[in-house]
Amino acid sequence: MSDTITMTYEVPADDFTRAGEASSNVKSKLKKMGVDPDIIRKVSIAMYEGEINMVIHACGGTIDVIISPEEIEMILKDQGPGIENIELAMQAGYSTAPDNIRTLGFGAGMGLPNMKKYSDEMNIESVLGVGTTVTMKVKMFE
Amino acid sequence: MTIDNIKEILGASYIVGEEWKDREVHTACGSDMMSDVLAFMKDQSVLLTGLCNLQVIRTCEMMDIICIVFVRGKLPDDAMINMAKEKEIAILSTGHRMFSACGVLYEKGLTGGPTYRE
Repeated sequence: MSDTITMTYEVPADDFTRAGEASSNVKSKLKKMGVDPDIIRKVSIAMYEGEINMVIHACGGTIDVIISPEEIEMILKDQGPGIENIELAMQAGYSTAPDNIRTLGFGAGMGLPNMKKYSDEMNIESVLGVGTTVTMKVKMFE
Repeated sequence: MTIDNIKEILGASYIVGEEWKDREVHTACGSDMMSDVLAFMKDQSVLLTGLCNLQVIRTCEMMDIICIVFVRGKLPDDAMINMAKEKEIAILSTGHRMFSACGVLYEKGLTGGPTYRE
């Protein structure tokens, strides 16, 4: 039997009310597995911000979550417009989200910085007009 | 301080979770921007907000926040109420504005946790 569990989620396009369902599901699975609450919170927040980004910027996408005894890896893949300047996008407060997103409580330019803050490793690959893949890893033990 | 203390101090009413009234809360934050709330991971138990949508409940779920106070008399819809019940998050509604709601709670000893440092 393998020690690794893989889960795949579809993030629906333009459905802000459903954003977070995948993160919520991962959170309850990790709780049932008895993972440390601080680790669960790191994974939940990082993935939730990523999920929200996919809904706001990229017409949804897919998320693979791979849980091993050492770490939790999240691979968020979309076919959105891509990120023009990753360095700029990583700056706290920089946002290209439309104004209506700010009235919903997001678009403050904290999504990517929060994802980096809560993951132990983060990598972004993005091609304009093709899409973006964000890979985040959170270690099981600090 | 307990959830019920907050309810009394703010003259608020329970929308969800009177059965969890004795749960202890330690620190609070007040914000309408959910990403700001998500930026502080540790020990937040109460969120005061004027934002009223499903992502407020989701944000609190991710943060393990156990009580939401809607200011300016805002009221959640049925979908929010159902999600809060499922996730065991208490919801209060108060007529106070954000500034005074935070001020009154602070005065009674509920703090906001450590100051932010880069």
